[in-house]
Amino acid sequence: MTQTLNLGRIVRLSLLSFGALVFLAPYIFMISAAGKAQADIFASSLSLVPQQWYYVENIQKAMSRVDIPTLLWNGVVVCGIILIIQVMVAVPCAYAMAKLQFRGSRFMMALVMLGLLVPIHATALPLYVAFDTLSMLNSYAALVAPFSISVFAIFLFLQFFRALPDDLIHAARLDGMSELGVVARVILPNAWPAVTAFAIFSVVAHWNDLFWPLIVVTNSDYATPPLGLLFFRAAEAGDDYGALMAATLIITLPLVLAFLMAQKRFVEGIAMTGLKG
Amino acid sequence: MADIALANPGAISNGEAARRSEARTAWWLASPAIALMMLFIIVPTLAVIILGFTDYELGYDGFQFVGLENYVELFGDRTFRQSLWNTTVYTLIVTPVSIALGLGVALLIESETRGKAFFRTVYFLPVASLLVAMATAWQYLFHPTIGPLNAMLALVGIEGPNWLGSSSTVLYGLSIIGVWQTVGFNMVLFLAGLTAIPRDLYAAAEVDGAKSAFERFRLVTWPMLGPTTLFVATISVISSVKVFETVKTLTEGGPNKASEVLLFTIYQEGFVYLRIGYASAMTVVFLAILIVLMMIQYRVLDRKVHYA
Repeated sequence: MTQTLNLGRIVRLSLLSFGALVFLAPYIFMISAAGKAQADIFASSLSLVPQQWYYVENIQKAMSRVDIPTLLWNGVVVCGIILIIQVMVAVPCAYAMAKLQFRGSRFMMALVMLGLLVPIHATALPLYVAFDTLSMLNSYAALVAPFSISVFAIFLFLQFFRALPDDLIHAARLDGMSELGVVARVILPNAWPAVTAFAIFSVVAHWNDLFWPLIVVTNSDYATPPLGLLFFRAAEAGDDYGALMAATLIITLPLVLAFLMAQKRFVEGIAMTGLKG
Repeated sequence: MADIALANPGAISNGEAARRSEARTAWWLASPAIALMMLFIIVPTLAVIILGFTDYELGYDGFQFVGLENYVELFGDRTFRQSLWNTTVYTLIVTPVSIALGLGVALLIESETRGKAFFRTVYFLPVASLLVAMATAWQYLFHPTIGPLNAMLALVGIEGPNWLGSSSTVLYGLSIIGVWQTVGFNMVLFLAGLTAIPRDLYAAAEVDGAKSAFERFRLVTWPMLGPTTLFVATISVISSVKVFETVKTLTEGGPNKASEVLLFTIYQEGFVYLRIGYASAMTVVFLAILIVLMMIQYRVLDRKVHYA
C-alpha cells in the first residue's frame, strides 16, 4: 500500500483525529481543571492551561479529605484476593471437567451455563441479608466472598484445557505426579495465556465495580476506589471542581497506566469478556 | 491400556478401580467450585425468587407469603414503569450509536496503515478507565455554567442545556457517557471481525464490478461482519440494561425520576428502603429480561460458529 496523501486518506485521518480528540476530551479537561484554582475554573472554561499552577494545592486538598492511599490499597487487596481465589477454585474444576472422566461433568456444565446467566445484581439481595445477619458487612470478606467463584473463569479455562494434549498429562502421571501436582505443575504453566487474559478481565471488572461495594461497605476504611470517590463527592458540598478533578485524576491513573503499559494484553483480555457480556 | 487389560484378566477390575479413582479425584477437584457455586449463585438465586413472593423487610422480624402481590404492585408502580421505560430509551440510544461508531472507527483504523496502534489505544482508553471517576470528569464537562461543553456551544451561538440537571436532557447526557464508554470495546470486536474477512473476497468483488469503497462495503464487509454485528449488538444491549454506575454517581435517578433505571430502582428499594421482598420481585423481572437477552446471545454465538 502506498502512502500517498490522497483525498481519502486526508478525510480518514481527520475523522479519526477529530474522534480521538472528542474521546480524549474528558481526560484533557480533567487534567486541566485539576491544576486550576477555584476562581480560575469559574473564569475560563475553555483555556486549558491554568493561570496559576494549582496542582499541588488541589492534590493536597483532595488528599486531606479522602484517604486516597487507603482506597488504592483496598482496591489492590480486594482485586488481588478475588483473583487468586478465582483461579485456585476454577483451574482444578475446569481441569476435572476437561480431562477426567466422571459422571458429574455434564451436571457441572449445566451449573456453569446457569451461573453465566446470573449476575451479582440478581443475587445481591439475599447475600446482603446473609452478610447482615452474620454481622459481616464492612469487611474485606464481604467484598470478596461473592466473587470467590467465577463461572466465567471455569468456562474460559475449560475451553483452553480441552485443547491441551492428553500426552502431556499422561507423561506427568507416569512420572508419578499426583492429580493436584498435574494441575499445579503441568496445567497451570501451560494455561498461562488464558490465566493472564482472565486476570486482566477480573481485575478491571472488580476495580471498577461500584454496585456490590456500595451495598456492603459504609465505612470508608474498607472503601474501594470507586466507592471512595463516591464518598468524597458526597462529602463535598460545593462545586470545588479543582480538588474533585485532582482526586479523580489520581484514582484513575493506576489502571490507565497499567493499560498503557500492557495494551495488547488488555485489549485481548477485555475482548474475551465479550463471551460474558 | 486396552491391550494390557485383554492380556491379563485381573487388570479389568484394576481398570474399573482406576476409573473409579479418576472419578473420585474429579469430584474432589471440582468440589470447591461446586460448593461455592451453590453458596453464592444457586441458593441466592432461588432465595431471590422465593423472597419475591414475601413481604420481607430488613429490620422487621419474620415475613409472610403474599403470593403475587409484589408483582401486582410492581406493574402499577409508576417509578418502576418509569424505570423500565428509561432503561429502554437508554438502551435504544446507546446500542445503535455505539455499534455504528464502533464499526466506523474500526473501518477507518483498519484501512489506515499509520497510527493504527495510537488510535486503537485512544478509543479503547475509556474501557480501561474507572467509570465512576470518568463520570465525574463528564459532570464537569456537562456543567451548565462552568462546563467546557456549553462554553464551546456558546462560541457557535448555541445555548447549551443543563445536561444532567434537566429532566428533558438527563437521559441524553447519560447516553453520551454510555456511548463514549462502549465504543472502544465494540471497536475491538469489529477489528477482530474485519481481520477474519478473506482478502480475496474484495478482489473478487472488484472483478465483479464493485468499484467504489461503498460498494465493496455493501457487498463484502457488511454481510461478512453480520455475525460479529449481531454478537456486538446483544452484548451492547445487555450491558446497557445493566447501567448503574453513572446514574448512581451523577443523578441518583433524578431530576424528578427522569433517570431512574432498573438497577438503580432495585438498589433504592432493596438497599436504601430495605424492602427486600418487593425489591426481590423487581430483581426477578430484571433477571428474566437478562436471561431472554442472553438466550438470544447464545443463539447468535451458535450461528457464529456455524458460519465459520
